[in-house]
Amino acid sequence: MAEKKVIHFKIKRQNGPTGAPYWEEFKMDYAPNHNVVSALMYLREHPVNVDGKKIEPVVWDSNCMEEVCGACSMIINDVPRQACAALIDDLEQPIVLEPLTKFPLIRDLMVDRQKMFDALLKIKAWVPMDGSWDIHRHAPLIAAGEQSVRYLFSRCMTCGCCMEACPQFHQDSAFIGPAPLGQVKMHNSHPTGKYANEDRLHAIMGDGGLTDCGNAQNCVKVCPKDIPLTDAIAQLGRQTTMQWLRDMFVK
Amino acid sequence: MAAKPKIIVVGGGLGGLWAAMRIAEKGIPVDIFSLFPVKRSHSCCAQGGINAVLDVKGENDSIWQHIVDTIKGGDYLSDQPPIRNLCEEAPAVIRTFDRMGVTFSRTPEGIMDQRLFGGVKNRRTAFAGGTTGQQLLYAADEQVRAHEAAGKVTKHENWDFLSLVLDDQGVCRGITAMDMGNMQIHAFRADAVIVATGGLALIYGRSTMSSNSTGAPAARVYQQGAKFANAEFIQFHPTGMPGHDKNRLMSEACRGEGGRIWVPKKAGDVRDPLDIPEEERFYFLEEWYPAYGNTVPRDVASRAICRAVRHMGLGIGGKDLVYLDLTHQPREFLETRLGGILEMYRTFFGEDPCETPMKIFPSTHYSMGGIWVDFEKDEQTGGMARVSPKNHATSIPGLYACGECDFAYHGANRLGANSLLSASFSGMVAGDAAVARVKGMGKSGKELPESTLENERKRQEDGNKSIMSSDGRENPFALHRELGDLMREHVFVERDNAGIDKALNGIGELKQRARKVSLDDRASWANQSLSWARQVQDMIMLAEVIAKSARMRDECRGSHYKAEFELKLPEGKFEGDPEYDEYKAKWKANNEKWLKHTIVTHTDDGPRIEYKPVDISVLPPEKPRDYR
Ligand SMILES: Cc1cc2nc3c(=O)[nH]c(=O)nc-3n(C[C@H](O)[C@H](O)[C@H](O)COP(=O)(O)OP(=O)(O)OC[C@H]3O[C@@H](n4cnc5c(N)ncnc54)[C@H](O)[C@@H]3O)c2cc1C
Repeated sequence: MAEKKVIHFKIKRQNGPTGAPYWEEFKMDYAPNHNVVSALMYLREHPVNVDGKKIEPVVWDSNCMEEVCGACSMIINDVPRQACAALIDDLEQPIVLEPLTKFPLIRDLMVDRQKMFDALLKIKAWVPMDGSWDIHRHAPLIAAGEQSVRYLFSRCMTCGCCMEACPQFHQDSAFIGPAPLGQVKMHNSHPTGKYANEDRLHAIMGDGGLTDCGNAQNCVKVCPKDIPLTDAIAQLGRQTTMQWLRDMFVK
Repeated sequence: MAAKPKIIVVGGGLGGLWAAMRIAEKGIPVDIFSLFPVKRSHSCCAQGGINAVLDVKGENDSIWQHIVDTIKGGDYLSDQPPIRNLCEEAPAVIRTFDRMGVTFSRTPEGIMDQRLFGGVKNRRTAFAGGTTGQQLLYAADEQVRAHEAAGKVTKHENWDFLSLVLDDQGVCRGITAMDMGNMQIHAFRADAVIVATGGLALIYGRSTMSSNSTGAPAARVYQQGAKFANAEFIQFHPTGMPGHDKNRLMSEACRGEGGRIWVPKKAGDVRDPLDIPEEERFYFLEEWYPAYGNTVPRDVASRAICRAVRHMGLGIGGKDLVYLDLTHQPREFLETRLGGILEMYRTFFGEDPCETPMKIFPSTHYSMGGIWVDFEKDEQTGGMARVSPKNHATSIPGLYACGECDFAYHGANRLGANSLLSASFSGMVAGDAAVARVKGMGKSGKELPESTLENERKRQEDGNKSIMSSDGRENPFALHRELGDLMREHVFVERDNAGIDKALNGIGELKQRARKVSLDDRASWANQSLSWARQVQDMIMLAEVIAKSARMRDECRGSHYKAEFELKLPEGKFEGDPEYDEYKAKWKANNEKWLKHTIVTHTDDGPRIEYKPVDISVLPPEKPRDYR
């Protein structure tokens, strides 16, 4: 008789921010169409490890399960990606799951990506507005082509995969990381968003800013949405140089 | 009232973020609570678009037509004055989103493009590629972040809202919530609270919705006295792609582009679909509805699929599945017309719909019903008076509700692309109303004693303790699965009273069992099982409200269908024919009896149901719908 087909996981676990990491293995019956999130859901309901020992269910983050909310980032077989879009059939077994390493660990596969949201605050990632009330007019016209370029960036889910892959970004580095830089580029390209260009550029000109980018280009390789982050970084290089000149001479 | 008023918003989807924005703009501090960073809220799942009459397509679209479509689409079961404002202010909402920088798709002239969506004749839907909800949510998130930078908004992310703090007059004066890190429960004061916690489709187990759409927070305020309305009205999307974790949505565009729905004629046929010859396939929509074929409306399609699968036993491999087949269409055609949508199927199912028929089944998708909310009528315009503390107020003073968790606007059925609009608009209205309330209170309010907060906090902590120390044997994740199975079996697309009675019995048992949960996780840090166990208990309470409301409504209206009570249009008969007139009289009599909101109040003996007239002053129903 053929061996029963299984899904075999090796999961890096840790009880809390200060605990010691350990590995635990799980096997569940194979069924077609599983992804990593759906398999974790099964294990949560049947929390038994390969030794047949009942254990605490694995903790992880997910919400939309359609690769648009950015919650379920983890390292799957060495690649940071969205667990909901990682189909079991496409993965080599045992499937190795690890939490992102560049953010403070909460528990098991769950990490705290607050740093990314803080960065959005710092770079003023919004279009300045007088208020949400109607002013009886639209934003200025935007050419379809320009809109599609902005759209590439507006799909950034703050998932943190690019940050994980970036050699310059880690828990103790000041570097702001690729995702927020993409947002600077996006907001600077909006017809009224650009009124705050100077603020945004200044926010990425000092320590931990754009110049900390080592140009490894890992960010674009792992972005689940294929956002051209390196193009943004190159463009911001020119913008910040111009800004630096303006700061020098137009005082 | 404390010297400086403060408002709490629970939920940071489109509804909650709009509310927060409005409050912050008025200079009132606002605290947002959310299960996770608000940017990850379910609103990001919406793909299709948002309705507003901009009339940029030369079709003489009008706001009045939007009002009519919304009212009729909902089978008249919604209070009409607020719908008037919703449609009238929709273009303003879109303009504001545009100014926020939303990447709306453009025409060659650079203005916002609009497309056609279900249930209407005009191109009225603004969209941003295939991720409209995500784009709108992010824009609102950014504006709220600007207020956060200015110190006007405080976010409490990774917090689970547990209950309201009510004073001795039953007025809402704050909330309790659990920190999902250290699992500590805290009480927070507020002069008004807005719940914007989204839909409840997870009560049906797997659905098209996100994990946050449990309905648990709505169930919590319901159990504390907020009335719940029209719970029986749940929209099922005919073409969900069933998955182990969720049912992803397959766009209706597939049927529009020639997709054919079929099952093998032989029950339990296990052959590969491509090996099944034409004559052994049953294209039931084409056979049963020759005029429309595969493009019948959502509800008709859902019911037909259920009939083929559940009554005739023809589901693929005996399961709840039918084929949605595009393989007869040329690949180039499909790629240009449906590119992104098919990509989604490839991503999540690893199969190419150009080569293999897709497998689909109706899925729970949206809840029209929800927490009952009021409005202030403007007798002059016939709409809702926009500045009033009454708008979107629940039956608990000081508590407001907006977004999918309220019951307004969509009646018995929601039009596609109308709910991103209602979530945003209602957030705006609820925010304004909460501001009006706290401003109007002056300093007259009595200071809330610390003990009231502490008592409620303690009550919730005891709830945690009893779960954590329980030596029962029920697994909360398994209970949820059983609840979903029960609801999908008996309170689904087609309903009958015998089935619903079974559901009610089953829910009764689940309620008992849910008291005896046992957690495999006993940790006091980031314990998701604890939070889930609490949510499941509350979901069961709301399931009872849905089932009981459905049990009592003996008619067919919108998404609620009981074959036994269907009024059938006499075939080939029209106005003036006696058969038609008889039908019309029955239809009128039925409206007389059933054109009423179901209003549910929580009691210790279960849900108590009453009916309340609908405000139909804008467009009273005069003629039955007739698509012939
Ligand atoms: C697949 C899909 C596609 C859709 N497409 C469209 C479309 O094209 N057009 C359209 O108009 N509509 C569409 N809809 C419907 C629309 O997306 C929703 O109705 C709308 O986004 C709901 O927004 P909301 O603000 O009410 O709730 P949500 O966005 O669900 O936000 C709920 C918030 O409540 C919080 N919350 C929940 N529980 C708790 C708790 N216990 N404690 C603290 N916080 C809590 C969450 O953290 C979250 O921030 C679609 C729906 C689905 C499922």
